[in-house]
Amino acid sequence: MVGPSVELREVCVTRRGKAILGPITLTLGGSGFTIVLGPNGAGKTTLLKVLHGVERVSSGTVAWSSGDAAARQEQAYVFQRPIMLRRSVRQNLAYPLQLLGMPKAEIAGKVVDWAARIGLEEMLDRPAPRLSGGEKQKLALGRALIRAPRVLFLDEPCANLDGRSTREIEAVLQAAHAGGTRIVMTTHDLGQARRLATDVVFVLNGRLHEQGGAPGVFEGPQTAEAAAFFQGDIVE
Amino acid sequence: MNEIWAGMLEAFRLIVTLDGDLVEITLRSLQVSLSALVIACGVALPLGTWLAIRRFRYRRAAIATLNALMGLPPVVVGLIVYLLLSRSGPFGVLGLLFTPTAMIIAQVVIITPLIASITHQAMRELWAEYHDLLISLNTSSRQRVVTLIWDGRRALLTGALAGFGRAIGEVGAIMIVGGNIDHATRVLTTAIALETGKGDFALALGLGFVLIALALIVNFAIHTLSRTEREGTW
Repeated sequence: MVGPSVELREVCVTRRGKAILGPITLTLGGSGFTIVLGPNGAGKTTLLKVLHGVERVSSGTVAWSSGDAAARQEQAYVFQRPIMLRRSVRQNLAYPLQLLGMPKAEIAGKVVDWAARIGLEEMLDRPAPRLSGGEKQKLALGRALIRAPRVLFLDEPCANLDGRSTREIEAVLQAAHAGGTRIVMTTHDLGQARRLATDVVFVLNGRLHEQGGAPGVFEGPQTAEAAAFFQGDIVE
Repeated sequence: MNEIWAGMLEAFRLIVTLDGDLVEITLRSLQVSLSALVIACGVALPLGTWLAIRRFRYRRAAIATLNALMGLPPVVVGLIVYLLLSRSGPFGVLGLLFTPTAMIIAQVVIITPLIASITHQAMRELWAEYHDLLISLNTSSRQRVVTLIWDGRRALLTGALAGFGRAIGEVGAIMIVGGNIDHATRVLTTAIALETGKGDFALALGLGFVLIALALIVNFAIHTLSRTEREGTW
């Protein structure tokens, strides 16, 4: 299944006169697992929010092949710090489906199914805000995927998580990718990028420095900054 | 001290004997204040939440006005409602003056800004927490308001109880628009004012204790029904 593609042309984001991102010109195809790499403050999150349409661009254009309005409907976003509704795990999973007006019986079935997929089937009636960090992130991921989005954005979903939680989340992501979900994810964990990426976008100081298939970018980066970053050097 | 003791005894006697007048004015107090509370919540909860999530040109002025209206003098509200409902007023034809409905209207005007302001404060914090998620899920304004009201219902309960407290204890406005007519518009607060004026402090104090007990019972009942203590840490 091929999802919608997106094209950014000369996109800039400025806040209070300070350039946060851009100008960036970038095209992302309709399938794949794109990892957006870069050091802290490089503009990865801003780029992700621009793609998702929740960050207003100061100049330039963002064009989804399916149209901007339709694109938002078929996207989901997982934040670095998972946002839990003050409800149970069950109600958190049900929420996106309730927004769509899905019948209750259908929602109940999907919730149980997804709780099992993310390993929270024993915690369905537990208050979501009381879950551990890893459990919250898995719940946020399940809540994003339960709507079967064609495009999934993830902002450092495994930051501050232990190895086991990271592995479980990566397994869910790989299953979603295998199921046809187009994934765009930021991370500064190179190991994770090598495990998951089919293609890589490297940003630094709000600018695009490198883009291409994962093996090519990792083995033969075209810019000195990307090469230094991949070698573990500090880049700024 | 003797009068307080006598008042407690009088309250005890009134309650134990289920005094007919006491039951009547207590039920009327509850009817008027709970009706006002329901109507005020119907307006104030969506309004306070809407003010928390919407950005518009005069938003700050609107919030400042709302906060200022919390201090509306009940007597002035009573006077304005009186003028509006009096025979020569624009709504005189409705014949509502000196009826429980007029008292409800006055109480709605008094407590709506209070509940809306508390709602706005509570919803502003919840909106800051939920903002990114609800925007990302492409929710409509209505869906955001409903979600915030539902998830913030325990905080909103505090606002509603504050509104109820102000309504059940209010005397100035309802005295003006209700007229404190026996078997028609007399409620606990206006009865207390009347008995105090007559010098029957024991009965006034007795009614006062009943009023306090009533407020406590309603607060406790709402907290229990909404299970705030059990799930309050969500």
